[in-house]
Amino acid sequence: MVYLTRVEHFNAAHRLYNPDWSDEQNEAVFGKCSNANWHGHNFELFVTIKGQPDPQTGFIFDAKKLSSIVRERIVDKVDHRNLNVDVDFMQGKLCSIEHFVMAIWKELEPALPPQVKLHALKLIETPRIYVEYFGE
Amino acid sequence: MSNRVSVFRKEHFNAAHRLYRPDWDDATNDRVFGKCALPNFHGHNYELIVKVTGEIDPETGYVIDLKLLSDLIQQEVIERFDHRNLNLDTKEFAQLNPTAENIAVVIHGLLRKQLSDSLELQVRLYETPRNFVEYPA
Repeated sequence: MVYLTRVEHFNAAHRLYNPDWSDEQNEAVFGKCSNANWHGHNFELFVTIKGQPDPQTGFIFDAKKLSSIVRERIVDKVDHRNLNVDVDFMQGKLCSIEHFVMAIWKELEPALPPQVKLHALKLIETPRIYVEYFGE
Repeated sequence: MSNRVSVFRKEHFNAAHRLYRPDWDDATNDRVFGKCALPNFHGHNYELIVKVTGEIDPETGYVIDLKLLSDLIQQEVIERFDHRNLNLDTKEFAQLNPTAENIAVVIHGLLRKQLSDSLELQVRLYETPRNFVEYPA
């Protein structure tokens, strides 16, 4: 089994805000991340798939095709966008990086061909904060 | 031999912004600024490198105390811009397009007025890991 990772990047605005709470409670829990006028990040997304290399190509999957899938399903929808407002698959969700990575998994997994499995996503929010998700 | 040395302090903040001129129509903004003009804003992790050049003070061995420089950047830059919307939340960019170029010039101005005239100042601002600007050039 070989693991192949493709890295893509995008930037976006968001805020952390729970609509069931008062503004004061949001401020108490999320601090400046709940700023009503948004803030933003440069995100990096590491998409890791696993599979057996095809004897004809030597690839488990063409990395360029993986890039095209990630761009079409994710990057084109989120790059230079407001995650809370503009992104269909984040509607109704609290826009934490944890929720975001799980939502990305749901978008990507069905788009992959049957011979490969999505193994892991790593989503970097800042140079000091990132999450990993294995679909569990 | 000169005792002039450059010292550097790196800080970071993140913010939302959009590139948009209100005196242009939406089509012109879109043509010039592309996705950067989208109406609901986007954002960046900004990395700021502040370079201060001067003579080593013979008493302290410092060009400038880097803790003081860090506090100055916190007070003048980070508290002003971190987790803010540059277009909506800051007076500096209420009328000025918040390009990386303009942000660097504004940051330079904010810090310059707090530093001794004997010290040279240059700022480098990373808007993304791939796009960065320096002022003065």
